[in-house]
This record gives sequence, C-alpha cells and structure tokens, in this order.
Amino acid sequence: MGILEIKGVNKRFGGLQALGDVNLSIAENTVHAIIGPNGAGKSTLLNVLVGKLIPDSGSVMFDGQSILGRQPYEINQMGISRVFQTPEIFADLTVFENVMIPCFAKRDGAFRLHALGSVGHETDIHETAEAILEDVDMLEKRHMIASSLSRGDKRRLEMAMCLVQKPRLLLLDEPTAGMARADTNNTIDLLKEIKAKRDITMAIIEHDMHVVFSLAERITVLAQGTPLVEDTPENIKGHPKVREAYLGEAQV
Amino acid sequence: MFGMNRKDTILFVVVCVMVLLAPIFLNPFPTESAFSQFNAGYPALMQRFVIFGILVIGFNILFGLTGYLSFGHAAFLGVGSFAAVWMFKLLSYNIVPAIVLSVVVSGLFAVVIGYVSLRRSGIYFSILTLAFAQMMYSIAYSDLVGKILGFPITNGETGLQVYNDDPQFLLGNGPTTPHLFGWEMNGSVTWDIGGWSFVFHNGYYLAGLFMILSFYIAIRIFRSPFGLILRSIKSNQQRLNYMGVSTRPYMLTAFVISGMYAGLAGGLLASMDPLTGAERMFWTASGEIVIMSILGGVGTLIGPILGAGVIKYMENIISTINDTVVHGWFGFMPDGLEDFVVAIVHPFIGKGWHLTLGLVFMAVVIFLPGGLVELGQRIGAKFSRKKTTDVASSTKTPAE
Amino acid sequence: MDDIILQILNGLDKGSAYALIALGLTLIFGTLGVVNFAHGALFMIGAFCSVTVSRVLSTSFVIIDETQTDFLGNPLKVETPYVHAWFGPEFGASLIDWAVPIAIVFAIPFMVLVGFVMERGLIKHFYKRPHADQILVTFGLAIVIGEIIKANFGANPIPTPAPSAFAGAMDFGVMLGFEPNAIIYPIWRFVYFLFSMFIIFAVFAFLQFTTFGMVVRAGMADRETVGLLGIDIDKRFTFMFGLAAAVAGLAGVMYTPILSPNYNIGMDFLVLSFVVVVVGGMGSLPGAVLAGFMLGILQSFASMNEVKSILPGIDQIIIYLVAIIILLTRPRGLMGRKGVMEE
Repeated sequence: MGILEIKGVNKRFGGLQALGDVNLSIAENTVHAIIGPNGAGKSTLLNVLVGKLIPDSGSVMFDGQSILGRQPYEINQMGISRVFQTPEIFADLTVFENVMIPCFAKRDGAFRLHALGSVGHETDIHETAEAILEDVDMLEKRHMIASSLSRGDKRRLEMAMCLVQKPRLLLLDEPTAGMARADTNNTIDLLKEIKAKRDITMAIIEHDMHVVFSLAERITVLAQGTPLVEDTPENIKGHPKVREAYLGEAQV
Repeated sequence: MFGMNRKDTILFVVVCVMVLLAPIFLNPFPTESAFSQFNAGYPALMQRFVIFGILVIGFNILFGLTGYLSFGHAAFLGVGSFAAVWMFKLLSYNIVPAIVLSVVVSGLFAVVIGYVSLRRSGIYFSILTLAFAQMMYSIAYSDLVGKILGFPITNGETGLQVYNDDPQFLLGNGPTTPHLFGWEMNGSVTWDIGGWSFVFHNGYYLAGLFMILSFYIAIRIFRSPFGLILRSIKSNQQRLNYMGVSTRPYMLTAFVISGMYAGLAGGLLASMDPLTGAERMFWTASGEIVIMSILGGVGTLIGPILGAGVIKYMENIISTINDTVVHGWFGFMPDGLEDFVVAIVHPFIGKGWHLTLGLVFMAVVIFLPGGLVELGQRIGAKFSRKKTTDVASSTKTPAE
Repeated sequence: MDDIILQILNGLDKGSAYALIALGLTLIFGTLGVVNFAHGALFMIGAFCSVTVSRVLSTSFVIIDETQTDFLGNPLKVETPYVHAWFGPEFGASLIDWAVPIAIVFAIPFMVLVGFVMERGLIKHFYKRPHADQILVTFGLAIVIGEIIKANFGANPIPTPAPSAFAGAMDFGVMLGFEPNAIIYPIWRFVYFLFSMFIIFAVFAFLQFTTFGMVVRAGMADRETVGLLGIDIDKRFTFMFGLAAAVAGLAGVMYTPILSPNYNIGMDFLVLSFVVVVVGGMGSLPGAVLAGFMLGILQSFASMNEVKSILPGIDQIIIYLVAIIILLTRPRGLMGRKGVMEE
C-alpha cells in the first residue's frame, strides 16, 4: 500500500482524453518520477493531485484519505507540498518572512485570526524558520528581499518553504525546466541532500531524463494519458516501449 | 511599549503628539496676517484630517496589505453616517450608541459585500466593489428602501437629518447637539496669545482620540502574523494556497475590518454634524479614498494619514485661492509678467482644484508609486550619508 | 406587446452607447492587457467634438444695420454666422443644422490622434505594471480630462440638437401594424442605433477579414506567442488603441442630441461600461456588444412606470444587480474565454 494511491482516474477535456484509466501507487519514502512526452498528461495528473482539477472518475487516496474535491490548501494541510516549475515565492517579502509563513500555516492551520499577536514575539516560529534556513545554507541571506535572490537561491528558498512544513509527500513539477546544465546539477544535488537528511516521499514530474535517472527510484512512463510502464530506472532505460513513446526525444 | 517595537512606538508617540498639538502648530500665522489663510488649525478642517485619517488607515489595511483595490469604500462611510443619524433620531444626541451602531452596521454590510466580492480577485474585485457601492448610492439616493417601507430611511436627495418631531426616546433634557454624556461636540476653548488664536475643539479631540486608537490597532495588525499573511496574499496568493492557507477568510477579515474603520469614520462625521446624504457614498468619494492612500504611500503605516491630511488641506486651501490672491503674491513682478503668471496659475486654483489633484495623483502613480513616504525616504537618502542598503531595507518593511 | 417593443426600442440607444464604449474597452484590454479607466473620457471627448464643431459652425460676426432699429430705437445688431456669409444663407444654415454628423469627419482623425498620444505617452509605460496601477493612472487621467473639459466648457450640460431632418419622432407602431401612436420613437435614437450597428459591424469585419485584424485577434488570444513570431505587435496595438478611441469618440459624437454632455458624462458611462464588459466577459468582443444591448434594454424595462411603482429606483440599480449575479454565477461573464484575468 503506497502513501499515494491513484486508481482508475479519467479526465476528459472536450474530445481530448487527457487522462485515461490512470493507476499509480507511490510507495512511502521513495523518489518516484513520472515522465512522458509532451501532452502525455503529466500536468493534468499533477493538477489533479494538487486539487486544481477534479477527475471525471476514479479515486486518489493519500494516506488512506481521498483528496478529490478538496481545495489546494486542504490538500497541503494533509501533508502534500508542491514545488513549482519556476520558483513561486513571496517576492516582496524577506527570505525570513518567506519561511515564516509556511510555519504559521503548519502551526495555525488554514485560518487563524491572530491579528493582535506580534510576529516578533513568535519565538518557536523563529527557531523553526532559522533551522530550515540553516539547513539549506541560506541563514545569512535571511534579511534579503526574496526577489533579489539568484535563481538557484529562489529554488532553495522554495524548497525550504515546502520542507519546513514537514510534508509527507513533496510534488515537484519539472524542477529544472529551462535551467542551464550547471543549475540543473545543483538542483539535483539539493534534492539528493534533502532526501538524504529526512524521510520524505517525492513525486517528480519531469521531462529531463538526466534528472530522472539521477534521482528516481521508481519511474512511471505516461503516454497519451495512460501509464505505459512502471519500473526501476535500470529497467526503464532499455525498455522498447519507452523508446517508442519518446521517438528519439529522450537522451537515454 | 504596548506590544510595539521601538520604531513603531516612536512613530506612534509622534502621531499622538501631532494630534494633540495640531490646533497650535497648524495655526502658525497670526490671525491678522496675510498668510492666515494658510492656517489649517480650525476645527472643521482638523476634524476632517483625523476622520479621513481613520478612513484611510482602514482602507490601507485592505489595499495596502493585501493589494485588493476596493473602488467602493465610501459606501461603508455612508452606511456609518446613516446609522449614526438614525440613532440621533431615535434615541438621543449621545454619540455612543450612534458610533457603536455605525461600526456594527458597516461591519455587517462589509461581511455581505466582502463575502460576495472576494469570490473574485484583481480587476473583477474592483468592479464588484464599485458596483455594490454604486448600487447602494442609488438605493440611498432614490430611498428605495424607504419607499418600500413607507417612511424615509435615507430621505433621498434631501438627505437625512434630525427633526423636532423625531422620537428621540432618550433625549429628556439632554443637549440638542451631539454630545458624549453631556460633553458637547461643538464646544471649544479658545486661547488667544498675541496675534494668534488657538481653538481647542471638543469634537476634534474626540475624533483625534479615535484616530489614535485606530492607528494603534493598525500598527498591531501590521506587525501581527495576520498582517504577514495579508502581505503575502498581495505578494503571491497562489503560493499561499498551496501552502495550506485558506486566503478567503483572511481577506474577508481584512475587508470587514477596513469596512468597520470606514463606518467609524462615517459615524464620527455624523457626530460632528448630525446630517448626511447619499452623495457621501458616490463613487467619486471612493476614488478620493484611493487617491489619499496612494498619495501618502500605500502599504506604509503613516502614508495614508499624510495623504488624507495633504488632500484635505489642499482641497480647503487651494480651492479658496482666487485670482485676486494670486495677483497679491506676484504683485512685485512687472505687470505683463504678472498677468502671464496669473494666467498660468489660474486653471489650477480655485475651482480648478480637482485638475491639480488629478495631475498630482497621476504624477505620483507614474513617478512615485510609494507616495510621499517614498519621497521622504529618497530625500532622506540624499541628505544623510546613510548607506543605500539601509534605505533598501527600510522600504521593504511597511514602517514609517 | 407594443409596450414591450417600445421598451426594447428605448433600451437600444443606451445599449448602443454601452456596446460601443465596452467594445473599445475590451479591445484595449484584450490586446494591450490594460484596464483603461479613462475610456469614458474618450466618449466624452467625442461628445465635446460635436459641441465644438457646432459652436465653430455657428460662429458669427456682428454688423450694425442702420436701416432697422430694435425695440429701444437703437440701430439693430445683426449676427450672421460666417458660414451664411461664405456659402449663402441656405447652405450655411444646413451646415449648422448638420453640425453633429459633420463632427464625425473631424472626430475620427482627432480621436485616433488622442488615442495614439494616450497610448504612446502614458499607457505604454504601464504594460508591465500591475492592473491596480493601470486603473489608478487612467483614473487620474480621467479626472484631468474631465476637469479640462469643465474649465473650457463649464459645468452645465450643453444641448446640441440633431439635424432638423431627424428631429422629432416617428410612429414606429404603424410600420409594425399596430394602432397609430402606440409606439412613438424619436428618429435620432433610431439613427443612433443604426449608426452604432454600422460601427460594430465595421469593427468586426475589420478584425475578421484583414491580416491586421487577424494578428490582433491572435494577439488577444495569446500575446506572447504572437510576439515570438517576430510580428511587431506593439505598433499594431498602438493602432488598436487609436481605433478603440475613435469608436468611443464616435459613440460620444452621435450621442449628444440624446443626452446633453457635461464633464461628468464620461465617468457616468465608464462605470456602466465596465460593468458591461465584465458581464460580457473580459476580452470578448461579441460579449461586450451583447451585454451592452442586454443591459441597456433591461435598464429600459426597469424604468417603466409599472415597475418603478413597485420598486422605485430599480432602474438605477438593475445593471449592478445583474452584474453581481452574473459575476458570481458565471465568473467569466457571458462570453468570456477561459483563462482571461483568472487567478
């Protein structure tokens, strides 16, 4: 029984079958990559997982509870965090404030009227936030405005914002899209480091084979909205069906 | 002090002192001098400073922190005024029930309007609030509710005021002007020193006290976790949603708080002068609130108060300057040049005040999005030898 | 039945004005992504083009006629419009009479110019800034334009009559086979409706059948992609702004005989037109036209005496009420596309 169980999920946009009978199980504490060519339904699947889309049929269970029909914030409160393709951070706020906000969300839930409290007096939040910044090597940048960070640091910050909530499942949406090779490698290292330090399940939606084979323990190949094959990276590499689906697109 | 950090405490104390001593330092010119027309220390104007100050402090909690631009905020001001006048009509001229009801009623309106409007964001939110405000204005102006009920509620074009045959159940032998347990709002003490004449007005001090209280609450909200979440809504609402925060209740709370501030301002306006009309809710009034906030520096603590003060001062002063006055100023010039200068100045003064306002507002939006506060910071950065990093870090915190 | 037709007709002229302003508004929003709060001011500038042309044509010189005396016994001062002197009294008189339609000729280049100046001088700098800033700066501009008009034309509404050939009313009912006098409709309002239909079709045809229009429509659908194709979309968008300004201006020119313009008319129409755009669906041209007519007609029904006696003032609030209901039940508006201005 995986931490995330997707069963018979279908999603249709007009005449287009975006997801057709998707069955997928992600085991706890693994790094599971979902790959596939453009239009394979990766983004649609991700949008279902984060609560942005509701499938036409099927079930998605996270830790024994259905996530379907829940708002994105409810799904996050269940323990699923999401990293975006381009880092989504609070650009106008300082690095430290960026990290404090998820701390408040974790501690206080989806809404709490602490209008007369003082951010300055929240010592436990400060400690948690400092610890995670230390963890991703950004403590000395805590007073910088987030928009002035380098792209790599923005990625780090976003990771810190997700990790500070101690999610049980981290969803990564093409975390290296549009990056230069050096940045890609840095991101891979960062993710490896994160995984080594804690128990966390990661689901990576990815296009770049290099990233996938560096990180993933299990790989699901999606084609035309349906899982084609699921296996370990070694077995996937030589799989004829995968080569066929990618039609030379992959640099395997 | 009072749960504020040092910087905020200093700012708070400065504002308190300014409010308390305004009748003195806003009257720098002797009564008989040619410059006395620039004095702002008379009660009617000072009341407007602090009451509109309350209004924009509240508006700033919504627009400044969350970035949601309400274009119909004057509706709450109007609702507050109507509620207060009704209390005068039904009970007595004691302002306590009037102000309590104006805050409560505007809060209720804000719950309903906010609940509906906040289902959309961005420009849709602005237009929804505008639509609601215009609707309420039309209802008040044609007294739709009153015509259905059979007796005047807003009294249409005439406006609502207190008549002798109103019930006023609790009036008894009490004062016949607004008062706080007998302390009449229009009472004042005049203090003549040399050529100066300083008026200490009860109504002003009451409104001023409310503004100080409002300002204090605003500081606390700005520095609270709640305030931090509101600022992050402005910065990246999507991120917040995927971070486990349900933004709508936060937004609604901010909306209702700012609506209640506006209701308080409306109640105080009615307490200073117990009559009101639908025009207080017209969308130009809402536009004025926006202009005040932007001019002063939206998102900063002190900016909107400065903006309200500057606009109300300019409105009073510039609109009373006429060509004769300008001729007086430039009398030292040769005649031709004098006429030329007066002709240039003419469109911007007197009745042309709104033109000046519009131009100044545009200039601020284009060149100085941070308003007067940003201007102050830029000037400060030029004159002091502070490192630029200090300036950068002080612009980011909504302080000053 | 005849009552219903009458109300529909009464709603048409207002609906036409809403549709024309909303058309330009949504065109600007769709192509440039700018929320233009000064669009009502363009309508107003158009209306005052009409006023100006009418005044210029009536400019007179005074001669003192010694042969006649006025009632005080002084020599009579005769005012003669220059056009009478130049083109003869008959043709001169008809020129003055036709001032409003003549204004169209002057308004088109003038409004396009105003649009260009506005876009190049101000709006251009706000493409990358948040919508709130765009609203604010164009709101400021609207105040400034309104005040300039006030300074030059005064605060009172200025009546500008329609050509006498179109003055008065026609018996619409007889044409449809009703009793005489069942449906009396002012001729000019019908002219206005036809005129706006012509403009609307012209704009749609232009966008549908020219390459320019094709690029613009593509730009409305996906601005960045068209930019990537190497098409100089900015220049075309400047032109689009000029076009939208001209449409709003023409709507204003022709509206003067229906409603005497003053410096507030721009804002009054703007608020309603925004509601129209939102109801129609931000960025949808057919939606803007449909919603414009729909709300105009609805407003006209709401101002029937039978309705007003039950719900006084409902004509003033019906549009907002509809807008609120539509925004809540169909957030994209009647014909809005997916993804436009959504979170």
